[in-house]
Amino acid sequence: MMIEDEEIDLLLDDVFEMYGYDFANYSRASLKRRIIRLFALDKFPSFAELRYRVRTEEDYLKRFIEEITVNVTEMFRDPSFYKVLRTHILPILGTKPFIRIWHAGCSTGEEVFSMAILLQEANLLRKSLLYATDLNPSVLEKVRKGIFPLNQMKQYSESYIASGGTKDFSTYYTANYGQAKLNEDLSEKIIISTHNLVSDSSFNEFDLILCRNVLIYFDKDLQERALKLFDESLGPLGYLALGSKETLKFSTIQSRYKQLDKEKIWKKTM
Amino acid sequence: MEENDVKSKYKAIVIGGSAGSLSVLFEVFPALNPVLNVAIILVLHRKYSGDSSLSDLLSTKTLIPTKEIDDKDPILPGNIYLAPADYHLLIEKNYSFSLDVSEKINFSRPSLDVTFESAADTFGTSLIAILLSGSNDDGTAGLKTVKDAGGFIIAQKPESAQMAYMPQNAINNLEMDLILDSKGISDFINMLH
Repeated sequence: MMIEDEEIDLLLDDVFEMYGYDFANYSRASLKRRIIRLFALDKFPSFAELRYRVRTEEDYLKRFIEEITVNVTEMFRDPSFYKVLRTHILPILGTKPFIRIWHAGCSTGEEVFSMAILLQEANLLRKSLLYATDLNPSVLEKVRKGIFPLNQMKQYSESYIASGGTKDFSTYYTANYGQAKLNEDLSEKIIISTHNLVSDSSFNEFDLILCRNVLIYFDKDLQERALKLFDESLGPLGYLALGSKETLKFSTIQSRYKQLDKEKIWKKTM
Repeated sequence: MEENDVKSKYKAIVIGGSAGSLSVLFEVFPALNPVLNVAIILVLHRKYSGDSSLSDLLSTKTLIPTKEIDDKDPILPGNIYLAPADYHLLIEKNYSFSLDVSEKINFSRPSLDVTFESAADTFGTSLIAILLSGSNDDGTAGLKTVKDAGGFIIAQKPESAQMAYMPQNAINNLEMDLILDSKGISDFINMLH
């Protein structure tokens, strides 16, 4: 099935005009692939029908947003990154009376819970607040529940150990009917809210902002907007963490940041 | 095919490989003319290792600049680009790379089909796609898209592959433009000069 770029433009214009979601500056190759995938999944006879359904059914828009944004995430992805958080970042944040962390574009929350586990093990969770935001309300419902597929837990347990974890990972959840419900005490300091990196502004000052594998879905202009937003939202000497193939290198905010060795973690220097 | 046509026409070569493809690249790379007028984009199935040692290893085999891709890197002729482990690799219309961590395709991330299809959309008739050794179905659907968009498709000669299944699957299902062993692949790329 060939879908012309102009047709994608029309569809995205509709979504923006009717619902206020602006995907114009999303990485087009990835977005186009997701739209073609949805078109095939829902067996539309023509692209015009897909456009019509998005325009006329608000419920279908929900599905559209869920399916064209990528919500694949995992606990302790890149264990070496979490190891650096444990050994280098948390000890510094721990000297503060209060720790504010923002997971921007958190999707279903696996990384937020990974962070909550690190904080609990460092005995810092009680003085921390973790803000978990995403543009998509449906994925935030999953963060709220803290329930993940049980069949993922073996891999998460291995990544947890590779990140320097020494406990039995299964003590962090209760298994039930193929699901793993993470312990309630991990959720107590998580604050969940919708926030759109395209259109919303800074809402607080943070000591650490994590936005890993989210900027890859944006074009360079939108990446720059998001990075400026993070810059405005970071306190003095705050940290910014990006995905393993993302960078501050070509951004205007780069001059104010110092990278930690080869890690994708930058410290704000002024 | 006229050699002049070849020279002017192509902008990118996407090479997809799975099990057994590294040894092919170790033969092809040293034989390549270091002055290259196209971009070579490598997509390989591999276990996530968390470091970039594969691109370091590959760069010891050729004088052509070789790097592992970061998100939004521009695609420039004369370079070899390696897809990072655990991301799908997509090609933007402005000749830059985008990465994507969406679901695995054919049990693989990066998936060869994903990059072939995306490259076909951007490069159309100026794309060459090469499928190397491997033991799964990935690549065949992507090569079909490349061919439909007017690109040139090549499979590794199955008898020369450590794992014949992947190129054989493409040969069984598509009309390949060429079927080459590793010597044939390096000669073909050098002919593009």
